[in-house]
Amino acid sequence: MSARFEPIVGRYMHLDLFGRPHRLYVEEAGEGTPLLCLHTAGSDGRQYRALMNDARITARHRVIAFDMPWHGKSSPPAGWHEEEYQLTSAQYLAMILAVMSALELEKPIVMGCSIGGRIALHLALEHPERFRAIIGLQAGAHVDPYYDLNFLHRPDVHGGEVCGAIVSGLVGPDAPEKERWETLWHYMQGGPGVFKGDLYFYKIDGDIRSRVGQIDTRRCPLFLLSGEYDYSCTPEETMAVAKSIPGSEVAIMKGLGHFPMSENPESFLKYLLPVLDRIAG
Amino acid sequence: MLEALKERVNADAGLVRRGRMLTTTFLLQSGDTSWLISIFEGRIASVTRGPFVMPSSSFALRAGEAEWQKFFLAKPPPGSNDLMALVRRKVLKAEGDLQVFMAHLRYFKEALAKLRPVGGAA
Repeated sequence: MSARFEPIVGRYMHLDLFGRPHRLYVEEAGEGTPLLCLHTAGSDGRQYRALMNDARITARHRVIAFDMPWHGKSSPPAGWHEEEYQLTSAQYLAMILAVMSALELEKPIVMGCSIGGRIALHLALEHPERFRAIIGLQAGAHVDPYYDLNFLHRPDVHGGEVCGAIVSGLVGPDAPEKERWETLWHYMQGGPGVFKGDLYFYKIDGDIRSRVGQIDTRRCPLFLLSGEYDYSCTPEETMAVAKSIPGSEVAIMKGLGHFPMSENPESFLKYLLPVLDRIAG
Repeated sequence: MLEALKERVNADAGLVRRGRMLTTTFLLQSGDTSWLISIFEGRIASVTRGPFVMPSSSFALRAGEAEWQKFFLAKPPPGSNDLMALVRRKVLKAEGDLQVFMAHLRYFKEALAKLRPVGGAA
């Protein structure tokens, strides 16, 4: 079998974040309207591999995904070995805006999943004018911890094994085996304490329940797509967010779980393509 | 309900291999009925149905009978498709030394999913 290259191009970007130098890995494919994609907690930009390989998307969109610091092929900042990683709302917002400026993205569509879906709500509230449209996947306003997060980072429990096992049931039942296990592999590859550090934002610092009703969709359209089988951000929680934001559009995706773009791209695109058509007008 | 566990787990060479570092006894409770499940190096050594006078186990998984019945369907509905989904809904109580449970979480998920009709997903 001959070799085949995907149209995805990856580069390393040096960027100061939070007053410290960072080395970030950025991937992109396609041309047209920028579509900035944000990965879930404890994973990386590979979750968007299918979108970057799908001409239905890339013919009209420049699809961009960066690995957050500490994730994927992005390094933690120098000095990380003495620190406990914890993602905050302020850092997450600053990081996204800094990457957009560095890449000179003019009014991109931003699409984030899980923690990325949560920060999408923060962006919709605080920076709507920077975006053409905002798409929140598995976006809820808050999730209370439902298991002891300390199990994600302790020497007597293998971090990769437990992170993969914790999220395995969040993959929908109809996911193709190949994509299910690719999705879980990304979790198994996360660095020590990184998934847990992301969940600090997801379950503690990033609570936006009291402010989510202030999102004004006249300033930026907001679309919410959530998988039927997600028990982390449940369909009910996404519906509650949608109900509190006039003008938001919501769909519950049948058979899908918490990682729609990665676990079952074909099914996900049936929901995403009409949203992108709507945004294109 | 759980008696088929031994044969089905032990017939899965991959699952047994992944559990090779696991030797423990845990308790599974469904409504008023309990089972003690002993595992030796990834193989199910015994499944014993209660009642017990003084059951010893490293940890226990307790849920109502109706919840386990939904969990053991070939295609469980949302919220019943995974042990952590039951934990999230607070209908499954995991108690005891949960280090054993969490360190081998994939094993326990996949072992219990063996009780679904053949063809069911883990």
